[in-house]
Amino acid sequence: MSVNETFSPTIVAFCCNWCSYAGADLSGTNRLQYPANVKIIRIPCSCRLNPMFILRAFQRGADGVILCGCHPGDCHYTTGNYYARRRMTLLFSMLDFLGIEEERTRVEWVSAAEGAKFAATMNEFVATITKLGPNRRLEDLRCRKE
Amino acid sequence: MKKLSLSNLNDLFSAIAEKENLYIPTDNSVGQAAFSLWSDGAVLSEKCNTVRSAKDLFFPQVENLVNFKVTGKQIEVIENRDPAEPFVVFGVRACDLRSFDILDRVFLSEPVDSYYRTRRENALLIGLACSHPSQTCFCTAFGIDAAEPAGDITCWMSDDTLYWRANTEKGATFTDSLAILDDCQDDPVHKLQEDLRDRLGRLPLHDLDLTGFDSDNMIKLFNSEKWDELSQSCLGCGTCTFICPTCQCYDIQEFNTGKEVKRFRCWDSCMYSNFTKMSAGQPRPTQKERFRQRFMHKLVYYPSNNEGIYSCVGCGRCLQKCPVNANIVKVIKTLREELS
Amino acid sequence: MQKRMIAKATELLNNGTVDRVLGWKTGEFFYDLTPAVFDSVSALEAKFVFNSFSGANLSKYLIAESRKPGKIAVFLKPCDSYSFTQLLKEHRILRENVYVIGVQCDGMCDIDKVRNIIGEGLLSVRKDGNHLIAETFDATKTIAKSDVLLERCAVCKSKKIVTYDELIGEQGDVCESDRFDEVARLEAMTPEERFEFWRNELSRCIRCNACRNVCPACSCEKCVFDNDNSGVKNKAAADSFEENMFHIIRAFHVASRCTDCGECSRVCPQHIPLHLLNRKFIKDINELYGPYMAGADLNTKPALMDYTKDDCEPSIVYERNGGAQ
Repeated sequence: MSVNETFSPTIVAFCCNWCSYAGADLSGTNRLQYPANVKIIRIPCSCRLNPMFILRAFQRGADGVILCGCHPGDCHYTTGNYYARRRMTLLFSMLDFLGIEEERTRVEWVSAAEGAKFAATMNEFVATITKLGPNRRLEDLRCRKE
Repeated sequence: MKKLSLSNLNDLFSAIAEKENLYIPTDNSVGQAAFSLWSDGAVLSEKCNTVRSAKDLFFPQVENLVNFKVTGKQIEVIENRDPAEPFVVFGVRACDLRSFDILDRVFLSEPVDSYYRTRRENALLIGLACSHPSQTCFCTAFGIDAAEPAGDITCWMSDDTLYWRANTEKGATFTDSLAILDDCQDDPVHKLQEDLRDRLGRLPLHDLDLTGFDSDNMIKLFNSEKWDELSQSCLGCGTCTFICPTCQCYDIQEFNTGKEVKRFRCWDSCMYSNFTKMSAGQPRPTQKERFRQRFMHKLVYYPSNNEGIYSCVGCGRCLQKCPVNANIVKVIKTLREELS
Repeated sequence: MQKRMIAKATELLNNGTVDRVLGWKTGEFFYDLTPAVFDSVSALEAKFVFNSFSGANLSKYLIAESRKPGKIAVFLKPCDSYSFTQLLKEHRILRENVYVIGVQCDGMCDIDKVRNIIGEGLLSVRKDGNHLIAETFDATKTIAKSDVLLERCAVCKSKKIVTYDELIGEQGDVCESDRFDEVARLEAMTPEERFEFWRNELSRCIRCNACRNVCPACSCEKCVFDNDNSGVKNKAAADSFEENMFHIIRAFHVASRCTDCGECSRVCPQHIPLHLLNRKFIKDINELYGPYMAGADLNTKPALMDYTKDDCEPSIVYERNGGAQ
């Protein structure tokens, strides 16, 4: 796939309310920059992320989807992110099995204190997806942007 | 009558495809037949029938009818028809050809379905007599002669020769444009027909009896206690309706792409729990009513409204594909006990 | 076997242990059996069949049947008993209303494979020992049963009948199975090849929902794909995305509950190897979270309803493929 120089990916970041969303806030307060391509969707806990949400994001034009939650052991609901970890592992493995580029999906654990990590993760993820090019294997042609 | 050596079949297809898009049954990667757009080298399937019927080319599973685009206070309505190009379908069996009479009565009566009509007008149907009728075939029960398929042109195949006869003016004009065909006598075809009719008469379901499936017995059949038993194992999937050459129910669905709203027509199945669901609920609450609806429609309601013509053509697809083998032949035989 | 089964069912009906019997009913031909409930000895004697084409898994019917008044007897083959046990575990079947008769099985046949071998014009099929005898207009062919087994039976995972009240025939053991070989073959391909493979397979999908409706693990009262309010109802599967989404979500929803009974692939009118999606999950679960067999017992927690603190991170998917993130 050739890399389009002007390609600006759409990234959906699902962030847990208690850690990662606060982490994103902190990176803002600290005036750390990350690309505007990242659309944050706040969810109550990383385990709220139904696999359908990820597929729907791809359908509606996302080029990459990332889930951010509390570090394992730090879940506000004690165990939510442990379940999310297993689910996402299996889902990502299935997407890979279907030949969807493995780099398009990712999980990162970001605490409320890790504003810098949040910004760094997003910068790096946007760079990866930009290099990878637009999502063509799991897109809905009807929703294509141009 | 015209003929062609089967070794030149690819040249014939090539000559047709030069003029118009040509669809023929080919074997797919899992060895099942499907109508597909011919490209050089594509080989005609030897299967008795395709998994999906020729109906698909005229009434596709999903069709984008129209799009709506909203800009400010303006709604723009964009019609989305496929270009009305003529096309040829080769290798349609007698059962599938009969299904067009049934579909035409639905789609071409007022109000006419212009999407369907355009495709019908643009299509040239080339029928192909069966070579290997199967245990699941019962077209004879509906008075269909597999040795004499309808269509604009009819073909027969022996081991080495294709015989070709134009039936309509359109078919004759088309035949004249094909230099590759040679003139020949009718005799070999009569022999092929004789052989085939002999085989058809030996099929296990050739004498399936439909006596009594008419409007006079409508209430009796509707209220039969046998429906409980017949529908008991039905999974409520849509396999039978989607592979059926005569099922014609559809639903209208819309999809918002974010830029516009696309309106689709898609096949629907009376076996589905949300079929014809209304604001007041589901008129056929259990699988029994849905199952009954499908077969009553094919065997009683449709013929009552259409001069006694059944909306089944005996192609046997549902006998081959129903996951639990609850098919129309079992329904006919079980309900016949009720009538006699 | 069939005689012993009818005798057993007759005895249970006559002595009042059960009111109904769930089994397979004869069809027009040798191979087109239909799952059916028998409520009398005469019906059993007239229509009950157990042969090489009794592939249909009867477990799912018990969700509804066990809630009806009275007690029902059911014949379960080893793989059906896994589905049954998994449904018990999920409290979908009322165990007290079911009398389970386990029956041993030596593999079920796929009529489409018979058709593929003998070509067109099948007139009849019958069984003779380990062979099937198929007749066409022009020939009679003898086919080894092992050549026309259903995919799931060719790689049989277990001959063990997990849950039963009574057995007819021998109890069996879990088999050495190479059922993950095809998954491994796909895993070894490049992502491009896998993508092409699945596009070719899934593009044949006609969204008849047979895979879902036959699946014992798919027991939702209303599927999200049928729900008008879910936002993902896609009766008009107009884009290949919707085929992908349906099959990914369906496989994910049954992950760690799927017993690999293979019904999805058996019923697919388009012969899509849907079992490979489920097996991929089973293989991953075994490799990442330790061996787990859904339906093998009533107590073990399914992998997706369980966790450990030192589970692998999702990035294992990239690491496994040799990539770095």
